[in-house]
Amino acid sequence: MIHSLFLINCSGDIFLEKHWKSVVSQSVCDYFFEAQEKAADVENVPPVISTPHHYLISIYRDKLFFVSVIQTEVPPLFVIEFLHRVADTFQDYFGECSEAAIKDNVVIVYELLEEMLDNGFPLATESNILKELIKPPTILRSVVNSITGSSNVGDTLPTGQLSNIPWRRAGVKYTNNEAYFDVVEEIDAIIDKSGSTVFAEIQGVIDACIKLSGMPDLSLSFMNPRLLDDVSFHPCIRFKRWESERVLSFIPPDGNFRLISYRVSSQNLVAIPVYVKHSISFKENSSCGRFDITIGPKQNMGKTIEGITVTVHMPKVVLNMNLTTTQGSYTFDPVTKVLTWDVGKITPQKLPSLKGLVNLQSGAPKPEENPSLNIQFKIQQLAISGLKVNRLDMYGEKYKPFKGVKYVTKAGKFQEDVGGDFFSIGEYHLTAAHCNSKGRKLQ
Amino acid sequence: MSSNSFSYNEQSGGGEATELGQEATSTISPSGAFGLFSSDLKKNEDLKQMLESNKDSAKLDAMKRIVGMIAKGKNASELFPAVVKNVASKNIEIKKLVYVYLVRYAEEQQDLALLSISTFQRALKDPNQLIRASALRVLSSIRVPIIVPIMMLAIKEASADLSPYVRKNAAHAIQKLYSVVMAFEEVCPDRIDLIHKNYRKLCNLLVDVEEWGQVVIIHMLTRYARTQFVSPWKEGDELEDNEKNFYESDDDQKEKTDKRKKPYTMDPDHRLLIRNTKPLLQSRNAAVVMAVAQLYWHISPKSEAGIISKSLVRLLRSNREVQYIVLQNIATMSIQRKGMFEPYLKSFYVRSTDPTMIKTLKLEILTNLANEANISTLLREFQTYVKSQDKQFAAATIQTIGRCATNILEVTDTCLNGLVCLLSNRDEIVVAESVVVIKKLLQMQPVQHGEIIKHMAKLLDSITVPVARASILWLIGENCERVPKIAPDVLRKMAKSFTSEDDLVKLQILNLGAKLYLTNSKQTKLLTQYILNLGKYDQNYDIRDRTRFIRQLIVPNEKSGALSKYAKKIFLAQKPAPLLESPFKDRDHFQLGTLSHTLNIKATGYLELSNWPEVAPDPSVRNVEVIELAKEWTPAGKAKQENSAKKFYSESEEEGDSSDSSSDSESESGSESGEQGKSGEEGDSNEDSSEDSSSEQDSESGRESGLENKRTAKRNSKAKGKSDSEDGEKENEKSKTSDSSNAESSSIEDSSSDSESESESESESESRKVTQEKEKKTKQGRTPLTKDVSLLDLDDFNPVSTPIALPTPALSPSLMADLEGLNLSTSSSVISVSTPVFVPTKTHVLLHRMSGKGLAAHYFFPRQPCIFGDKMVSIQITLNNTTDQKIENIHIGEKKLPIGLKMHVFNPIDSLEPEGSITVSMGIDFCDSTQTASFQLCTKDDCFSVNIQPPVGELLLPVAMSEKDFKKEQGMLTGMNETSAVIIAAPQNFTPSVIFQKVVNIANVGAVPSGQDNIHRFAAKTVHSGSLMLVTVELKEGSTAQLIINTEKTVIGSVLLRELKPVLSQG
Repeated sequence: MIHSLFLINCSGDIFLEKHWKSVVSQSVCDYFFEAQEKAADVENVPPVISTPHHYLISIYRDKLFFVSVIQTEVPPLFVIEFLHRVADTFQDYFGECSEAAIKDNVVIVYELLEEMLDNGFPLATESNILKELIKPPTILRSVVNSITGSSNVGDTLPTGQLSNIPWRRAGVKYTNNEAYFDVVEEIDAIIDKSGSTVFAEIQGVIDACIKLSGMPDLSLSFMNPRLLDDVSFHPCIRFKRWESERVLSFIPPDGNFRLISYRVSSQNLVAIPVYVKHSISFKENSSCGRFDITIGPKQNMGKTIEGITVTVHMPKVVLNMNLTTTQGSYTFDPVTKVLTWDVGKITPQKLPSLKGLVNLQSGAPKPEENPSLNIQFKIQQLAISGLKVNRLDMYGEKYKPFKGVKYVTKAGKFQEDVGGDFFSIGEYHLTAAHCNSKGRKLQ
Repeated sequence: MSSNSFSYNEQSGGGEATELGQEATSTISPSGAFGLFSSDLKKNEDLKQMLESNKDSAKLDAMKRIVGMIAKGKNASELFPAVVKNVASKNIEIKKLVYVYLVRYAEEQQDLALLSISTFQRALKDPNQLIRASALRVLSSIRVPIIVPIMMLAIKEASADLSPYVRKNAAHAIQKLYSVVMAFEEVCPDRIDLIHKNYRKLCNLLVDVEEWGQVVIIHMLTRYARTQFVSPWKEGDELEDNEKNFYESDDDQKEKTDKRKKPYTMDPDHRLLIRNTKPLLQSRNAAVVMAVAQLYWHISPKSEAGIISKSLVRLLRSNREVQYIVLQNIATMSIQRKGMFEPYLKSFYVRSTDPTMIKTLKLEILTNLANEANISTLLREFQTYVKSQDKQFAAATIQTIGRCATNILEVTDTCLNGLVCLLSNRDEIVVAESVVVIKKLLQMQPVQHGEIIKHMAKLLDSITVPVARASILWLIGENCERVPKIAPDVLRKMAKSFTSEDDLVKLQILNLGAKLYLTNSKQTKLLTQYILNLGKYDQNYDIRDRTRFIRQLIVPNEKSGALSKYAKKIFLAQKPAPLLESPFKDRDHFQLGTLSHTLNIKATGYLELSNWPEVAPDPSVRNVEVIELAKEWTPAGKAKQENSAKKFYSESEEEGDSSDSSSDSESESGSESGEQGKSGEEGDSNEDSSEDSSSEQDSESGRESGLENKRTAKRNSKAKGKSDSEDGEKENEKSKTSDSSNAESSSIEDSSSDSESESESESESESRKVTQEKEKKTKQGRTPLTKDVSLLDLDDFNPVSTPIALPTPALSPSLMADLEGLNLSTSSSVISVSTPVFVPTKTHVLLHRMSGKGLAAHYFFPRQPCIFGDKMVSIQITLNNTTDQKIENIHIGEKKLPIGLKMHVFNPIDSLEPEGSITVSMGIDFCDSTQTASFQLCTKDDCFSVNIQPPVGELLLPVAMSEKDFKKEQGMLTGMNETSAVIIAAPQNFTPSVIFQKVVNIANVGAVPSGQDNIHRFAAKTVHSGSLMLVTVELKEGSTAQLIINTEKTVIGSVLLRELKPVLSQG
C-alpha cells in the first residue's frame, strides 16, 4: 500500500526518506513541489496528487510535510490517518514533531517506521506497544546507553501485542495507583455583527491518564449521558455496554490516551460565555481608521474566564496600529497583518478594552470588509455542556486507586464577524471555552 | 540528544566517557555530518575503518551515521561489504541497524546480500526472541528472489518457535508473501465466489479485527454485497437516480411489474453486514468511519443510510486532510440525497480560518443543500463570504449564488439584484465574476433586463478582466435590439481599443460587430468594416480566421452563396441556456471513499462497483461450509448449542454484579479455548494466561493443519484435550453417510447465527466463538478426508508477484485460525500440494512489440495453483503499450487449441494507456502435454496470432511428502515408469544447494527431506491428471550422479529427464 515516505520541511528540503518496498526516487517529489508552488499557501496544497506513475498523499503537520507514495487504489483516508499516527508517534516520543527532533533521533525514527509499517501495511500503531519495542529517548537513558553501550531497542517481550488486549501491556505495576480524567470541552461558534449566534456547537473529549497496576476493568458513568450526541471511542471501550447502559466500560491502556471524543447535541442551546463590543471604522479618503473593542463576560456560570486572547486578521491595506489597552498586551505584525491581544482574565468590574487608531496605506481604497475576530479563552472547573461524571468503578483488581476528574471549557473555533453593508455580514468565530476543575475527588 | 551528551560531558569529563560523548555528538549534529559526507567521499573510508574496529561503540556510531545517510537518501551502497560483515555482531543495536541497512540495499547488491544469509539463519536460532523475530522480518523484506526457499524454511521453523512474539512475526511474514484479503484483492478481485464461504465469518469478525484491517475488509465486502444481493432501494423512490434508470431501461415490462408486486425482503446476510458494521461508525479512525459510510451509501436501504451523516460531520472536526476527503465525499452524496445532510447545514458554514480548498468544498455542499426553505439563511451567509479577503473564495461564492438562482426560482431576482450590486464592488475579480454569472443568468431568463445591460455597458469603461469584458460584449450583442442606442456606441468604443484588447475580447468584438451589422447596418456598417479590417491583420490566426468567416457571411458579394441569406438566423439564433452544474456531478460513478473518487480519475487498480443484480444469486453458496459442517457434526453441534446458551446466562449474570462472579467466568472461559475479542470478558490476568496458552496451541495447530494428514489428526486429539473433539472425530466418520440429519443441523446453525442479532454483546461474541470453533474443528476433523489448501497454511504459500501484506489480523490467534478457513481452492486430489519453492522470474515473449504494432506481451509461470480451475496451469501475461496512443479493448479472440486443451481467458481490458502496462492472469489446461496453445490476442483494431508452449517443468505442482512415502511411491513406479540417466559434472556442481537450485529452476517440484546426504529427492504431480512425478538425484563416486525419474506419465518423464540432464551437468 504505502511504498515510501518523504519528510519535507518548509523550505522544500527532503530531509528523510524511508522505503518499504523498492526504492522510489526522490524526484517523485517534484510533482509535490509543483503542486505546492501552485497553491497559495501551505494549507492549500492538495492532500492527494496524481502523477504519471504514482499517487502522492500528503499531510501537513507542525511545519512539515509527510509525503507518502502510493501506487494503486487505496482509500486516501487510510493513508492520511496513518500519516497522522506517525506524526503523533514522533510527537509522543520526542516531545515535538519537528525537523530538528527527527534529525536528532534519526535512528529511532527509522526503527519506529520499520515497526509501524510492514511491507507497506500498518503493523504496530498503538503507542503502548511501540514504546515497549522501542524505548523513547530520555536524558538518563542516553547517558546510560553511551556508557554501557546498551541500546534503546527493547529486549523484553512486547507482551501487549500478544495479550488479549492489544492496547495494554501485561504486568503493569505502580506504587500509587491513580486514574485521572480530563473533560475538555470546546465551543465552536460563529457570531454575527449584531451579536447573535449564527452557529454554535460544543465538542468535547475525555482524556485519561491511567496509572493502575495489573488488568483493571473500569467503568465510568455520567450523571447525564444523554447529552452526548455523537461519540467516538478508543478501541478499548465496549460498544454494546454503551449502547445498552450508557456506561463506558473498558480495560484502559497504560498511560495517557484519549478515551472518547463527543459532540453535544445541537438541540441544546449553547451558552456563549463572552461577548465582544466592537467598532471598527475606516474613514473614506483618509489614511486612518478607528478601532475599538471591549470584551465582557456573559453567562459564565460564576466561573472566571481566563486566558483570553483575541486575534484579528486586519485587511491588507493596514500599515500600522496605535492602540492602548486597559488590560493585557497587544502585538501587531505588519507583515501578516495579524493583531493579537493577550487579555488574560476578565474582571467584571473593569471590562478590558483595546482602542486606538489604524494607519492605512495612503491612497489605497478603504477596506470594504471589517475583519473577523477570533477569540480564545478558558474556563476552569466547568464543562459548558453541563456534562458530569457520576462515578468510576474498578473491577478485577484489589487495590483502591486514587481517582480524579477535571473539567475545562475552551474556545475552539470562535469567530465574530464585524460586518459592513449589503452583501456583508459580520462573523465572529468564538473558538471554545474550556473548563478545568482540579482533581475533584470521586466517590 | 546532542544536548544530552553535552550535559553528560559536563558532569564527568573523564577519559573514555568523553570520547564516547563526542562520538555521539558527531552523529547527532546531522547537518554537519551529512554535509561532510556528501562533499567528501573519503569520509566513507573513515566509516569503513570504524566498522572494522573492534570497539562496538565505534561500530555503532558508524552505523548510526550510515542510517542517517540512508534517511537523507544518500547513496551508502559502497559500504555494503563492510556493513554486512557486522551482521553477526553480538550487539543488538548494531545488529538492528545492519538489518535496516540490508533491507534498503539487499535488492541492489544481491550477490553480497546472499553472503549474509547464513548469518540470518544463525540469527533465527538466536536465544533472544527479538533477534529471531527481526531476523525473520528482515529476511522476508529482502526482495531477493533466490532466498525464497530459505525464507520458507525459516518461516516454517519460526512458526514452531517457542516465543509467541516470533510466531506472530512469522504470521506477518506469511502475509507478506501470501496474505488473504490482499491476495484476493490482488490476484482475483473478480472472483467473488471465493468469498462466499467466508462471508459470514468476515462479517462477524469485523469488529475485532484491528482498525487497518477493517478498512480493507469493509471495502471488499461492499463490492461483494453489490454482486450478491438485490437492491434494497425502492423503485418508486424519487431520489432514485441511475439505479432507477437502470431498471427503467429494462424492456421487460412484465418482469418489472412482477417485481413491484413482490415485497422486498432483505437477505439475512445482507442485513448481517449492515448490522455488524454499524458500531464501527464510532471508531476513532477516520478511515474506518469513511469505509462504513461508503458501505451504507452503496448497499444499505436509503432510509438507513441517514445514520452515517452524523459520523461524517464529526470527522469535520479533524485535521484539514481528513476534512478535505470527507467533504468531497459529502459533496457527492449531497447531490443525490439532499435530505441526509440538511440537518447539519450549519456545520458546513465556512470559517475565515479554513484553507481555501476546504472553503470551496463547503460552499459546494451548501449549494447542494440549498432549497426554498433555507435559501434566505444561506444567502445571508453567502453575503459574508463575498466580502472575504480570500478573493478566489469570493469568486467561487459568486458562482454559487448564480447556481442557487437558477435552481431555486423564488430567489432568482433577489440573487440577480445582489449580483448587480456587486458590479459596483471595488474589487475587480468580484466584479468580473459577477459579470460572468449575470451573463449566464440573463441568458436563462429571456425576460427584459435592459437596465442591467445598460449598467454593464457602462462597466466596460472601467473593468479590465478579459472574461468579464467578453461577457458584457456578448450580452450586448445578444440583446442589441433591446438596447438599440447603446450597442452601436459600445461598438464604437471597442473599435477604438480593438488593437489593445485581449484575444478573447477581440473575438467578441467581432461577434458584436457582426450582430449589429445584421440588425442595424445603417449605423454600424462602416464601424464593422473597420473592425473587420483590423481583424484581418491581427497577429492571432483565430482572429484572422474569424474575421474572414464573418466577412464572407455577412457582407454580401458575388462569391457568398446561399449562406449569407441565413446570416441573421445563424448569428442571432435562440441559444440554449447553459446549465450550472455541480462539479461533483460526475463523480458519483466512483465508489465513495476511494482514491479514484478523490481524483475523479480511475486510479490504477480501481475496481468498478457492479450494479445490483436483478435477481439475487443463490444465497446458499454462503452456506456451503455450514452444511458440510452439519453433516459431520450433528450431535456435537447440538451439544455446543446448549453450551452456548448456558454460557450466555452465566455471562450476563456477571454483567449484573460485576466483580464477584468473575471467578466463575474465568474457569469457564478458560476452558473455552483461546478465543478472544474485545467484547469478551477480559477481566483477569489469570484468564489471560490460560487463554494465551491455549491460543498458542490453536495457532500452532492451526497453521500447520493440512501439513500432513496423520500428524494433524494426532495433534488434534492431543492438543484439544476435549471430549467433543474426539467424539467429533468418530462422529465425523460415522456421519459421512448419514444424510438425513443434514437439514436439521443446518437449521440449528442458522438459528445460532440469527440469535446473535437479538442477544447482548456477550452472548453474541460467545455464540460467535462457538460457531467459529465448531467450524474450525470441523476443518481439522475434515482434513483427513479432503484436502484444504488454506491460505495461511505454511506449506502452501506462493510468492505473489507483488506481495502486499494483510492488515494484520494476526493480533489474535483465533483470528489466525479463522482466516485459515479462507480457502482459495478445494482441490480434491489425495496428494497434498505444497508451495513452489522457487519461482523463476524468466519471462517468455508472447508477442513482440514490433509484430504487435506496439503492443508487447510477455508471459511467465507464477507456479501458483490456478484459480480458474484445478487442472489448469496459471500463466501471467504482462501487456505493455509501447505506442503513444491508447490501445483499446485488448482481449483474446479465436482460440486454436488441440483437442482436450482448455483455456480460461482473461477479462477484456478496456484500454491501456501509452507506456502503460497491465498484468493479467489466465489458465490453460495443457492436458499434461507440451502441446502448443495457439490463440489470437486482439485489440480494437488488430488480431495477432500468438502461442504458448509450456516447458515441461511448468506442468507440475510441487508435492510435500515424507521420505518414507516417497520410497513407497517410487517402489510402485518402476519398470516402464522409470527413466534414468547418468550425469557427469565437476564436484562443485554437486553441492546440495546447487542441485536444489538447478532442479527447482527447471521444474516446479517440491523438495523431499532426505536422510542421506548423497541423495536428493523431489516430488511433484502433474497439473491435469495429478500423476506423481518423482525425481531422484543420487551422487555417485567421482563426479558422476544418477538422475532417476519415476512417473506414470512416461512421455513427460522422459522430456523432463532430457531437460534436466544438460542443466545438471553444466558447469
